[in-house]
Amino acid sequence: MRLQPWNRRHLIERIMQIAMIGSLVIVGLCLGAILWTIIARGLPSLTWQMISQTPKGGFYMGKEGGVLNAILGSLYLASGATALAIVFALPIALYLQTYLATSGWAQLVRLALDVLWGIPSIVYGAFGFTLMIVLGVRASLLAGIIVLALVELPIMTRAMDEVIRRLPRDLAQAALALGSTKLEVALRVVIPQTLPGIVTAVLLAFGRGIGDAAAVLFTAGYTDRIPTSLLRATASLPLAVFFQLGTPYPEVRERGYASALILTIIVLLVSFGSRWLAARLQRYTVK
Amino acid sequence: MAQNPIQSTATTRNQRVVVASRRRTDTWARRVFFVITVLPIGLIAVVLIGLLYRSWPILSRYPLVDLLFGVDWKPSEGRFGFYSFIVGTVWVTVVGVGLAIPPCILVAIYLAEYAGARIRLLAKPILDVLAAIPPVVYGVWGLLSVVPLVETVLGPWSQQLLGFWGLFAVQQPTGFSVLAGGIVLAVMITPLIIAVIFEIFNTVPVDLRNASLAIGATRWETIQRVLLPQVMPGIIAAIVLGASRAFGETIAVLMVVGNIAQVPHSLFDAAYPLPALIANNYGEMMSIPLYDAALLCAALILLVIILLFNIFATVVLKRFVK
Amino acid sequence: MSAHIDVTNLNVFYGKQQALTNVSISIPRQQITVIMGPSGCGKTTLLKSFNRFLELTDGTTITGAVHVDGQNIYAGDVDVTAVRKRVGLLAQRPTPLPMSIYDNVCYGMSIHQMRTSKADYTAAVQHYLELAGLWDEVKTRLHEPATSLSIGQQQRLCLARGLAVEPEVILGDEPTSALDPISSQHIEKRMLELKSQYTTVIVTHTLRQAKRLADYVIFMYMGEVVEAGVAREVFSNPQQERTRQYLEGVF
Ligand SMILES: Nc1ncnc2c1ncn2[C@@H]1O[C@H](COP(=O)(O)OP(=O)(O)O)[C@@H](O)[C@H]1O
Ligand SMILES: [Mg+2]
Repeated sequence: MRLQPWNRRHLIERIMQIAMIGSLVIVGLCLGAILWTIIARGLPSLTWQMISQTPKGGFYMGKEGGVLNAILGSLYLASGATALAIVFALPIALYLQTYLATSGWAQLVRLALDVLWGIPSIVYGAFGFTLMIVLGVRASLLAGIIVLALVELPIMTRAMDEVIRRLPRDLAQAALALGSTKLEVALRVVIPQTLPGIVTAVLLAFGRGIGDAAAVLFTAGYTDRIPTSLLRATASLPLAVFFQLGTPYPEVRERGYASALILTIIVLLVSFGSRWLAARLQRYTVK
Repeated sequence: MAQNPIQSTATTRNQRVVVASRRRTDTWARRVFFVITVLPIGLIAVVLIGLLYRSWPILSRYPLVDLLFGVDWKPSEGRFGFYSFIVGTVWVTVVGVGLAIPPCILVAIYLAEYAGARIRLLAKPILDVLAAIPPVVYGVWGLLSVVPLVETVLGPWSQQLLGFWGLFAVQQPTGFSVLAGGIVLAVMITPLIIAVIFEIFNTVPVDLRNASLAIGATRWETIQRVLLPQVMPGIIAAIVLGASRAFGETIAVLMVVGNIAQVPHSLFDAAYPLPALIANNYGEMMSIPLYDAALLCAALILLVIILLFNIFATVVLKRFVK
Repeated sequence: MSAHIDVTNLNVFYGKQQALTNVSISIPRQQITVIMGPSGCGKTTLLKSFNRFLELTDGTTITGAVHVDGQNIYAGDVDVTAVRKRVGLLAQRPTPLPMSIYDNVCYGMSIHQMRTSKADYTAAVQHYLELAGLWDEVKTRLHEPATSLSIGQQQRLCLARGLAVEPEVILGDEPTSALDPISSQHIEKRMLELKSQYTTVIVTHTLRQAKRLADYVIFMYMGEVVEAGVAREVFSNPQQERTRQYLEGVF
């Protein structure tokens, strides 16, 4: 029963393990390389001015100003879209689980959501833009919010759906047995019990929304001013990065890298924040 | 709905009114919920029909074959051949998915079958962060790291070692290439593919693994002979899902593939994928007749292919979720 | 009595929880040893220590030694797959592999490359299906999926699959608990027939089955071996109070 490490079977086992660990290391290194690149190139130009000021005259030739317009614009866009998406996602997820469970309708709706999830945001953007032309609406914060909400809706709904599915059945059954209606069960049992997961789902969608460029490219427009109305065009961080990188001026491109770093930091804060928040909320649910 | 018969006979009129109103709220909520819930189905139809309607001018004017297989793209002269864009998309997708498949499968198997709790805990944030990074940031990374890598390292190597083989020959040594796009895409779709394959391995009962191990099989033999045949459809579905994500990726790819309307012949040639075409030209389309219909037709082609991919993947994956 | 498996000072922890405490026993060669005891007393854990299955659970700690034929299977340079080839396990619930009946029996043989020609494999399949008492029922449908068999047949298939790698020891963790009475009888009958060739260790919680099968019994309680000895003697005249209580059905 002595181990013979050079025996064919054990050799294959060893080689496969090394390949697997190697692959994991490569994936980790890719992440490291991305973060390193963004930080190393973005940090030098990341000044207080970048995040506290809007573009001044000549900004796109390397003069004064910052990307506050894009930071706020992105926060407005993603917040608005997330709020709008919740209005639909939560009822859908609740209805799927508490009313439809595993019926044919539920399967169809889930399939539809998965398919919607797969539709690239450029298609939503193009579709939204045509719709705007038909309706005679100009690129605006509101249009951006609506199209981003389309992008976020399936992500949020399916994430909520998964969380609610994992809720033990007997909890809802018990409440139903006490004479509660399904609506009451949904509002008083399901939502409080799955709150950590729901929060995670919402922030997941928010993170996806704030980073999306293709959906807002034609729908939200771009402006140097901070939006003051839903009907005005607004800048966004992904597009700020994109446009700044497209200029021939090295200083502006450097600031594009800094903008990418800002966006990365926001997205990572949201990602880790959601995990932290979910862990905090977890304590208040019944096990 | 469960009722308590004793309670309902004993209720006073007042209570009965309350019960009735609660019941009514429930019925009403049910209707509203139902309408909201079927919206996603309607949304797909609306997007499809909308795009079809708006691209109809061009679809009705040129035969579909000419649009799909024409190589001429001169909107100002009314020539709209999507072939080089479609092929460009396919190239970038195939390279991205091809690069992603081996490490993704290996990592997913490692996490599902070998790794202890500690390594999984370590790997999760890596994958979460990779999934959270926005496309435009991937694009910046591609621009700063991948394109130079392709230009200064991979290209010259490839030209020297494999230059006789067209696929690896370097004609356009800028670094903005199918390969650069593929590398960026591969990293982008990695977390998705790993997550799906990992979940699928978790659906296989532990007993099956134990039955094989108890006979004296090694872990890899168990995976190869027992688990892989079981999960293969799921792995394929995961790859298709990744491919569909790669197919529609816009900004990150656009920033590194070069955007030259040509049929690429080498990994080091530039390409012009469909999403990039839409993104780059949407602003100016109104000035040229049929241009907007053409671009929406591109979006429609993209949408139809991705719908097919997604429906296939979802239906296959459904079998694994019980 | 020549011992086939020797357990010395075995301690097993799941995380911090101790499942076995200072277990030292010997399992006699080519007899049926039955491990008894109330639920949760560590029977499965002890059984799994014989084929190194415990390490498949995250966070287990094992101290002590288990010698099979005089070799400590927990020594550093031991090949786990060789241990498991020699010490086969029949699980509580039948677990046919998702392949044909034929391939199930071939599975272990082909992994260990125990035959060379197709004809040898086919002959071996027949031999082991006969040993497991399943041949007559499946000989016309060898290439159907194993899952098409009844539960009782599946368990005998698992027995054949285990026997095909020519183990010296067969472990059974309540191998009949998922089966109907007739199928259970089938399995018991095989065990009795095979005991002259194999060392058999079976966990059971039905006293009657223990009495029918056992040459040697081990009685466990709360992770410790309370009493071990020749079946006839332990059943008729238990030395420990706890054993007596268990045999009288107090638990
Ligand atoms: N995987 C495990 N993780 C933690 N504790 C376990 C695990 N398996 C068994 N135990 C614990 O070890 C003790 C012995 O279990 P087991 O050997 O399965 O008992 P038996 O087979 O006699 O019913 C029990 O208290 C059980 O709770
Ligand atoms: Mg047990």
